[in-house]
Amino acid sequence: MTTAGAGLLAACVLGLAAAVAGVGLPRRARAWAVGVATALMALGALVAALAVIIGDRAFTARLPSVLPLSGVTIALDPLGALFVVVAAVVAVPVAVYGVGYALHGPDGRAFHAVVPLFVLSLLLVPAAGSVTTLLVLWELMAVASTLLVLADHRRSPAARDAGQWYAVMTHLGLVAILIGLVVFAGHAGGESFAVLRARGPHLSSSVRSAVFLLALVGFGSKAGVVPLHVWLPKAHPEAPSHISALMSGVMVNLGVYGIVRVGWDLLGGGPRWWGVVVLAVGAVSALFGVLHALVSSDLKRLLAYSTTENVGLMLIGVGAAGLFAADGHRTLAAIAMAAALLHVLNHALFKALLFLGAGSVLTATGTRDLDRLGGLARSMPVTTATFAVGALAIAALPPLNGFVSEWLLLQSLVHSLPSTSATVAVAMPVAVAVVALTGGLAAATFVKALGTGFLARARSEEAEAAHDPTVAMQVAMVALAGGCVAAGVAPTVAAVPLERATAVLGPLSTAVAFRGSGSSLRLNGISGSMSPAAIAVGLVIAACVVLGMLRAVGSPRARRRAEAWGCGRTVQTARMEYTATSFAEPLQRVFDDVLRPDLDLDVSHASESRYHIDAVRYRHGIRDAVDTGIYQPLLRAVGGWGRWARRVQNGSIHRYLAYALVAVLTVLVVAR
Amino acid sequence: MTVGDDAVAALQVLVVTGSAPLLVGVTRKVRALLEGRAGASVAQPWRDLRKLFGKERIVPEHASWVFGVAPLVVVSTVSLVAAAVPFVSTRAPLAGVGDLFTVAYLLLVGTVALALAGLDPGTAFGGMGASREMTIAALAEPTVLLAVFALSVPARSSSLARIVAATLAAPHRAVSVESLLAFAAFAVVVVAEAGRLPVDNPATHLELTMVHEAMVLEYAGPDLALVELGAAMRLVVLLGLMASLFAPWGIATTARPAQVALATLAFVAKVGVLGAALAGFEVFVAKLRLFRVPELLAASFVLALLAVTVSFFLA
Repeated sequence: MTTAGAGLLAACVLGLAAAVAGVGLPRRARAWAVGVATALMALGALVAALAVIIGDRAFTARLPSVLPLSGVTIALDPLGALFVVVAAVVAVPVAVYGVGYALHGPDGRAFHAVVPLFVLSLLLVPAAGSVTTLLVLWELMAVASTLLVLADHRRSPAARDAGQWYAVMTHLGLVAILIGLVVFAGHAGGESFAVLRARGPHLSSSVRSAVFLLALVGFGSKAGVVPLHVWLPKAHPEAPSHISALMSGVMVNLGVYGIVRVGWDLLGGGPRWWGVVVLAVGAVSALFGVLHALVSSDLKRLLAYSTTENVGLMLIGVGAAGLFAADGHRTLAAIAMAAALLHVLNHALFKALLFLGAGSVLTATGTRDLDRLGGLARSMPVTTATFAVGALAIAALPPLNGFVSEWLLLQSLVHSLPSTSATVAVAMPVAVAVVALTGGLAAATFVKALGTGFLARARSEEAEAAHDPTVAMQVAMVALAGGCVAAGVAPTVAAVPLERATAVLGPLSTAVAFRGSGSSLRLNGISGSMSPAAIAVGLVIAACVVLGMLRAVGSPRARRRAEAWGCGRTVQTARMEYTATSFAEPLQRVFDDVLRPDLDLDVSHASESRYHIDAVRYRHGIRDAVDTGIYQPLLRAVGGWGRWARRVQNGSIHRYLAYALVAVLTVLVVAR
Repeated sequence: MTVGDDAVAALQVLVVTGSAPLLVGVTRKVRALLEGRAGASVAQPWRDLRKLFGKERIVPEHASWVFGVAPLVVVSTVSLVAAAVPFVSTRAPLAGVGDLFTVAYLLLVGTVALALAGLDPGTAFGGMGASREMTIAALAEPTVLLAVFALSVPARSSSLARIVAATLAAPHRAVSVESLLAFAAFAVVVVAEAGRLPVDNPATHLELTMVHEAMVLEYAGPDLALVELGAAMRLVVLLGLMASLFAPWGIATTARPAQVALATLAFVAKVGVLGAALAGFEVFVAKLRLFRVPELLAASFVLALLAVTVSFFLA
């Protein structure tokens, strides 16, 4: 048996054992046993995936007896293995975090049994080698995650609502994937990915396009692209925080995986408009996501919208790769795809870290509202430091990991010109502008999250009394922060895995995105190089020189603390500082037309004179325009139709007899 | 005899650091002369820095470690950029850093660090300044990157050394339509990023109209000296980038000491002229309202977008 097979088998066995332990063990041992078994399961899958990548050979297995009729086909190639690595790298710290989180969050038997099953499905979906296997695992993932979103349903009515939204949206997505893949398999004459891959490029273009669009809708709803993202800002904040980390850091990636797998592997790439559509969806999602993240003052909601933004960036890369591949620019396509795939890894690392940080804040203070937080830098130093790493990384600042994938993406877009095609000449500058605006707004968003949520003065007693979480939770956050730094400074390690993963995709095969030479990352085929390690070393040297200079010429006197400047007022309270809402207000005003905030100002005057104001009430809220503009009217229409249909069935026996009579007469007339 | 690449990098950092306060002195002097005042000596900002370095370090009572680290980050990032951009020599001293995108993001690191430090003491003014600074930075970002895009298309690379070399090899490109459009867009961005009029007034003393100055209101003593030095170096770096990208003539292409010395003089002269021109321009404009700034940035964005697409549509 190969290493890959042994690793996957171990993962499955450990996952099921963890689920059994979750049900069977007593309360005290439960969290520990499940956490350790889940971490080991992820490590097993990690070993399997690394064996596939290093050996550069797909692992395949057929298990005809596991499922009736079709059996199970496992096929782990380097592309799938890359996603398994991402899932495993996040799942290990999350499992460790879960051990500590169980003291504060849901701790029931069912919860502990479902967590390992959810992780197992995340690890196995990229290893699916046939349509049936993929759909079964996909549904396992959907059901498990729905149960986990509902974990807090007794305490929070919002969780019930979120679970309902999530269950409906995820199953509508599943229907789209199901129809798409079944049509595909029907036309290809087989359901294993090997058959689909061989026959896919030769099907008629209308079938190919229909399958692609259905896959885009189905997988896109899981990835949280606009306008299918509405479940995401509802479900991610309500799930327990380490589950949010898995959903946001890993599960949405699998949506991107599905689009890439079906579009550019099984169907073998398509015409240029596929790329343009994916690019456009990505651009809209990136901008819409970041704008809503900017104005959210609920920390977890902010992170959820930022997930939509980052998926948008990934899809910009995928779409650009599709466009370049259709034009025959394999090198550029490989760079764009490598940028997207590297961003999958980077986003998983920092988004999981940020959600774990938000979870620690939530357990310590009981609130996710940035306007009630603040001052955590002193009371929760570890959480603040690790959250800061995640926030700077997601804002794409060098020398952290977000910058590397953003740089790669920009390089691939910039080198597309000069071009003879009008589509490219217009789409690429717009794409660069979208990436730039998204990056700038993301920087503002995370300055807001970090600066008002963690720095500044405590805005509530809960925030004042906060303290760092348990050791297990701290270890998990530090590990992920270390991952962000490592992936930022040494992205060259990813060069070979990315090369092998993109080589799986037919239209990009044989193209190499970038190579590592020494510490620097050198693009292949076009001129461009960047060395994150040199940036990091340079910054450290510069800081040391400046510090030395400061010692030499600066005043030798010690630091003294003094009151801040308050325009002459001597009493300054936390009520006077800028809140998250006020921080975002200028940008919210600039983007008024997109965000359409609800503002309500009520001024009541004193009874004696209307020149004396008695009270001022100010209410401010921002609702999702897609939710209020598309989904609510749709829901109202469905509700109206239901109410109309209720009149047909009002319980009167006479009416039912009349229906039966009409039905019998109709059948007689028709069937005669 | 030749000058090593590392020596060139060190020289660039020294020149930028040394000339930064002088450039601020020059802009103030030019402004004073145009307004009919005598004005302080050009060396006054250096004297101010010396004074500040000798003062006691005072930090606000509720500030955390971020407040103390931010000035270090600002000066370090600007110094790294000063070492990597071909100001004096095209022999890229730090190949891994000398990319226009990298430079743009490194400068953003400094902005973010100061914005966090502005929020850190928990005062109204610091938060106000940080919020406004990030608003401007976020809206300037598309223009920055599109200007980078426009400049890297003719050179087929975003590496600064290559862009400069391409302009040197084909001087007529510097006056082409796309280059002029990119220049105009870049000029607006430099004004916004350096916090000059009409976007922000570095000489303001009214808290409510401040942007950058409100953000750093709580700094005192050596920390304030670093913040001011960082801001001055940022201005030199931005003007130097303009000089190197649009008028690179005089820059050293070999490592001969005489040429490097001459190139250093040329760089100082170009930045001095640009600084004086900026000061002259500032005399004639008033500060824009904060909510008119996005309109200015949108206009520069359109210029940058035209700069990228015009080469396709004119070809």
